[in-house]
Amino acid sequence: MTPSRTDQEIRQHPKSDRPILELQNVCISYVTRAGRIDVVPNLSFSLAKGEALGLVGESGCGKSTVAYAIMKYLGGAGRVSEGKILFDGRDMATMTANELRDIRGRKLAMVYQDPMSSLNPTMRIGAQLEEVPILHMGASRAEARERAIKMLTEVNLPDPQTIVERYPHQLSGGQQQRVVIAMALMAEPDLLVMDEPTTGLDVTVEAAVLDLVAQLRRKHDTAIIFISHNLGTVLRVCDRVGVMYFGELAEEGPIRDVFANPRHPYTRGLLDSIPTMGADKRSRRLNPIVGQVPSALLRPDGCGFASRCSFMDPTRCLSGEIPTISMSGEAQHHVKCLRIAELPEHRRFQVVSDDQPEAVAAENNAEILTIDHLHKIYRQSTSPFGGEYRDVRALTDVELGAQRGRTLAVVGESGCGKSSLAKILTGIELSTKGKVRLMEWDIGSVPVASRSQAQKKSIQMVFQNPESTLNPSHTVGYVIRRALQRLKGLRAGEARKQAQDLLRQVNLPAEFASRRPRQLSGGQKQRVAIARALAGDPTVVIADEPVSALDVSVQAAIINLLIDLQDQRDTTLVFISHDLAVVRFLADSVAVMYLGRVVEYGTVDQVYSPPFHPYTEALLSAAPVAEVGKERTRIILEGTLPSTTEQITGCAFASRCPRKIGAICDTQPPPEQITPQGHRVLCHIPLSDLTKLNYQAAE
Amino acid sequence: MAQAEQVTRVRQSGRIWRRVKLLAESPVGMVGAALVLFWIIVAILAPWLAPYDPNVNDPSTVPDHIDPMMDPTPNSVYLLGTDNQGRDLLSRIIWGSRIVLIVAPTATLSAYVVGCLLGLLAGYYRGWVDTLISRFSDIVLSFPAIVLYILIITRLGPSALNVVIAVIFIASPQIVRIVRGITMEQRELDYVTAAKMRGESSLYIMLVEILPNTRGPLIVDACLRMGYTTIQIGVLGFLGLGLPPPNADWGSMIKDAYAMMSSAPHMSLFPAIAISSLVVGFSLLADGLREISLRD
Repeated sequence: MTPSRTDQEIRQHPKSDRPILELQNVCISYVTRAGRIDVVPNLSFSLAKGEALGLVGESGCGKSTVAYAIMKYLGGAGRVSEGKILFDGRDMATMTANELRDIRGRKLAMVYQDPMSSLNPTMRIGAQLEEVPILHMGASRAEARERAIKMLTEVNLPDPQTIVERYPHQLSGGQQQRVVIAMALMAEPDLLVMDEPTTGLDVTVEAAVLDLVAQLRRKHDTAIIFISHNLGTVLRVCDRVGVMYFGELAEEGPIRDVFANPRHPYTRGLLDSIPTMGADKRSRRLNPIVGQVPSALLRPDGCGFASRCSFMDPTRCLSGEIPTISMSGEAQHHVKCLRIAELPEHRRFQVVSDDQPEAVAAENNAEILTIDHLHKIYRQSTSPFGGEYRDVRALTDVELGAQRGRTLAVVGESGCGKSSLAKILTGIELSTKGKVRLMEWDIGSVPVASRSQAQKKSIQMVFQNPESTLNPSHTVGYVIRRALQRLKGLRAGEARKQAQDLLRQVNLPAEFASRRPRQLSGGQKQRVAIARALAGDPTVVIADEPVSALDVSVQAAIINLLIDLQDQRDTTLVFISHDLAVVRFLADSVAVMYLGRVVEYGTVDQVYSPPFHPYTEALLSAAPVAEVGKERTRIILEGTLPSTTEQITGCAFASRCPRKIGAICDTQPPPEQITPQGHRVLCHIPLSDLTKLNYQAAE
Repeated sequence: MAQAEQVTRVRQSGRIWRRVKLLAESPVGMVGAALVLFWIIVAILAPWLAPYDPNVNDPSTVPDHIDPMMDPTPNSVYLLGTDNQGRDLLSRIIWGSRIVLIVAPTATLSAYVVGCLLGLLAGYYRGWVDTLISRFSDIVLSFPAIVLYILIITRLGPSALNVVIAVIFIASPQIVRIVRGITMEQRELDYVTAAKMRGESSLYIMLVEILPNTRGPLIVDACLRMGYTTIQIGVLGFLGLGLPPPNADWGSMIKDAYAMMSSAPHMSLFPAIAISSLVVGFSLLADGLREISLRD
């Protein structure tokens, strides 16, 4: 490819003479019954000491494979079949098992997505951390304990003295991930490989962990390879970014240059498919990347991205070697594309005018779903012999409304009650107190089995996890036909015909009817789930995080589909999400939930502009943004989430609120402040003061 | 390009055929399948394969052949020799395969019907239904299987039907456990919620939505259990609790002959080989199927 590249890079980092990690024309393959499959055909890059490189791309592009190859954890079938991986100048292929173990513990560490997979559930946190210095540095137990506590303090864990005595399951997900990071940093490694370290965490926790990583890196001068599918998180942590597609680096360079001026059509596609914070559905549609990553079995000649590229030139892109070109004027920015000189200049979408959305929002539709002082209390048995209970307050006094043909978004972190709300709406759970009115019915305390045919038909749901939403034993056609037969009472022949229509409406070819879920990609499964939900022409569709498990490129297509279908059918959408950018884009009105309460409620424009509830403000500041120059000062939430079993007398957010004004927050429930336009904020601070504080913080 | 064609061709061919092809890649599974298939063919073709009537003493009409009562060992007339009553061992083993290959699958399948239904009910409804079914299963499982077999057969009397009833009673609790576990896991999945939301009955959800997803672990288990049942039928026959005489039951054949082990070992050896080859066949087939299910 470009042999001169590595020399050039070394020169760019004068503080180190030798890169900590260097990949030279590495080919990673898996040997299967079908023969050798080159998942990563030819990869070269280098990483200077203390540098942070982000690897981004859709799932199946080889990001994790590269990480595992660096760790030499490829497993039985995988191996580096060509090229060299040099760690600190030494070829890792020539190292003995002992040398490797030594390096892995002391110089090279990895952090995985699921913290529980790196923690031993039967060992106390302290003992697990102490292993590293005892085994690799010959430290005594007392020294090791001291180091462990010091490290736990560094990763901002409260009260490290008690944490060392705990078992992993006694910590929250965010705390577990911090422990894993502390463990990885115990030996002060030269290189830290992080594979989606924050993907399973809530936004506010994620923001804290990302800040921590950036801060520790500066302190210990650790080089980092940070793998993520979320472009925003990469922008927060890394100096350089490599965009991987189909096992190759499509584009690579300083992260600000790449994000501000993306050259490769794939990078542009990725950036265009995520909603920007300023944009919404009234001003534009998202631009998904069509198609999906091809199977590594069928590596085509020419450019791997050609089949999905809108700039593909059939005369040149489909054959021959595609060179990696260095951008003139931008040092270190490399693009693997023939046509970069010919491509039009790229512009991220900007809001053109904001009077149009206002006009639409003003128009009021009939309220079709009304949630009125809804409470949900789960009884939890505290004694194995029964008789003793404690109450878990999942929802407290929730009041919301959704209009016909509009989208009501419910946002909040895990445990805020948004899924409990969905379960009550669908009749899987019953409300404890309060009403849910759907058109003329009160459905809050009617279980789904007792709902009338018309009620079942009117409210349907799209689920979060594409892997469990479809029965693996049933074909796509059967799933949709069955829904049509049950909800609309159609005969088999008619159902068959309408099932084809539905498949077409969710942009799937008719022959998918005979496929089974395991033959579909995640996005295709979600489309089938949407078709199933729409089968009975519902008035209300509840979508519980329908895109959070999908790649950004696919996510954009599903969001567009939801918007189009809503336009055509005038369906009301209750969209449950933790992704504030998606909500900003898709929703008409937004409810922000915290610990079972709606803390802020209003139209999108009201919720996304001051005055913010302090929790909304923290959420917005924590959301990772993949736009250069749009990063905000982050508000890190300290303190712990109160347990849902506690009886809270004051404000639920008081224990973590950065704007807490005093004892009143702990003792008195906050008043509901409503503006004449209907914007509702649950806070002791007067709205005018909140607005002032918000603007001060933004400056 | 050749690879592309291959991929599409694999996709087009039927699912069952694809599984057979996968099984062909597992040598262990192939040996098992061959053994089981051999006995199935023998059982089907018994009337044509068996040289003599299995229940007649000295059935051969060949003039001047050796009297089986004088010398029962294998010879050119009776290829595997004769038993203590002068009946042809080869014919008895061939006809005996019919008995075992009818009783064992019938008993196992019946145990599966009962076990799956109870397992689905327990796992789906939980609560007192689960408590009732699970505790009853635990009670049955706490007895040594052989003791229960002896108790049931001595109480009901030896017959093919009673063997089936005994197997249902003793094997289904283990099947209940497997199915209950899978059902408890599956009922929490979103596709079940989706079925509830379109108003499906509990029976539909259990039988059409959940039951098909238990088949992976159950197919392997069924194959192994078929082997166990074959052994149990043999043991019952050996204890004199098998099918009543003059049925050519492999287990009973060993029982009739084991006293003469030192003088005429072939009388118990050949039926024993028959039993073990079938059991080994089922176990190896189960191994092969497990290999496939792991890869899928």
